[in-house]
Amino acid sequence: MSILAYNGGAIIAMKGKNCVAIASDKRFGIQAQTLSCNFDKIFEMGPHLYIALPGLATDTQTVQQKLKFRLNLYELRENRRIHPKAFASMVSNLLYERRFGPFFVEPVIAGLDPKTFEPFVCNLDLIGCPNIPEDFVVGGTCSEQLYGMCEALWKPDLLPDELFETISQALLNAVDRDAMSGWGARVYIIEKDKIVVKELKTRMD
Amino acid sequence: MTAVVPDIAKPGFSFENCRRNAFLAQKGYAVPKATKTGTTIVGIIYKDGVILGADTRATEDTIVSDKNCSKIHYLSDNIYCCGAGTAADTEMTTQMISSQLQLHRLNTGRVVPVITANRLLKHMLFRYQGYIGAALVLGGVDSTGPHLYCIYPHGSSDKLPFTTMGSGSLAAMAVFETRWKPDMDEEEGKKLVRDAIAAGIFNDLGSGSNVDVCVIRKNNVDYIRPFDVANVKGQKQGSYVFDKGTTAVLSTRSIPVDIEDISITPIEPESMDTSS
Repeated sequence: MSILAYNGGAIIAMKGKNCVAIASDKRFGIQAQTLSCNFDKIFEMGPHLYIALPGLATDTQTVQQKLKFRLNLYELRENRRIHPKAFASMVSNLLYERRFGPFFVEPVIAGLDPKTFEPFVCNLDLIGCPNIPEDFVVGGTCSEQLYGMCEALWKPDLLPDELFETISQALLNAVDRDAMSGWGARVYIIEKDKIVVKELKTRMD
Repeated sequence: MTAVVPDIAKPGFSFENCRRNAFLAQKGYAVPKATKTGTTIVGIIYKDGVILGADTRATEDTIVSDKNCSKIHYLSDNIYCCGAGTAADTEMTTQMISSQLQLHRLNTGRVVPVITANRLLKHMLFRYQGYIGAALVLGGVDSTGPHLYCIYPHGSSDKLPFTTMGSGSLAAMAVFETRWKPDMDEEEGKKLVRDAIAAGIFNDLGSGSNVDVCVIRKNNVDYIRPFDVANVKGQKQGSYVFDKGTTAVLSTRSIPVDIEDISITPIEPESMDTSS
């Protein structure tokens, strides 16, 4: 078994029209034993910038702290909010630094450009290779199921309400086919003037 | 620095997790696979310069992780480089060499020769003994004409008139061996590169999606992305938009974002002083 599947977890980020969404399950377990149904995998990195870190839970938290430190220094030095693309490079550099002894996380980034409010989604592999597509990105133990759901459900220019239903249904139906993820879900819909956080009702088995 | 504020990481690779990861590997948790480009990349020399070509698929084991990734990397205005192998390695290696070439250009004040890029890349790869898994096709035009190199992960390189790399290299080379000839014109060259990449896309499972082409001439570059969409996705027959309220929600929280002001300050560009 891969160490990336030790704690379980599922993440999606999707682009919509002038908005982005990022969603995760809330399970934290050690292999088949569930320990918590309220484990954060999505972290706020700015008013319109979120990062999810699925993978080994210890590294989720370590990488989050290291990133927050680098981000704070960046924002103090530059005296402005970071652009999501620059933040993706920051994550990429942090992970590639450990090319020969990596952190076991596969980050997913979602955000809006601080000036133009252009949607941005991105994922990276565990040694920091960035992938910036036009539609959606996934991560975690059931990425196969998530890819399948997203390919079927996603279409361009979804409005915030439609995007919420699309991302939620994609996540819920994918984690039902994965034993390692599920047990609650949280969705962030990121718009120009507000962020809406919704807790979803899910199967608890 | 004080004990409270952690030091900023030193440049270069960090090996802080190696001991832990080796311990986990010994316990049976193998290190997960990184994204590979599983690629077809090619390059040819034609009458007025160099043409580079690449497919656009990235894979994680058997999953296609990126359907339209860019594998032709910018090194300098007259040099580009296709990358195959571990995706992060090709990306980061080309970025690092690109910045070194830019510094070299600013120090010497002239267009950098392609052989310099080749030398920097092979030094870097040889230093890491093949552990940086980057297989590259390097092409460019300088004062001595067009040059094409192919560089292996262990740091050896070949200078060739036409070359292929990656998992689809055999299919692409078959096309080149039958149809390549010296002093082709540009249209003929682009067609040949397209067909070689298409051979990779359709015969190698690691390669797929579109064909990217980069034409490097004496004074300008044409980076055409996509040059050819070899696989058009079908239209969806139905729509899967769910009605509002389909998903059961336990609680909703709204975080308002106050946009204090948006100011756009146009700045007149000032030319840099390069007199000294």
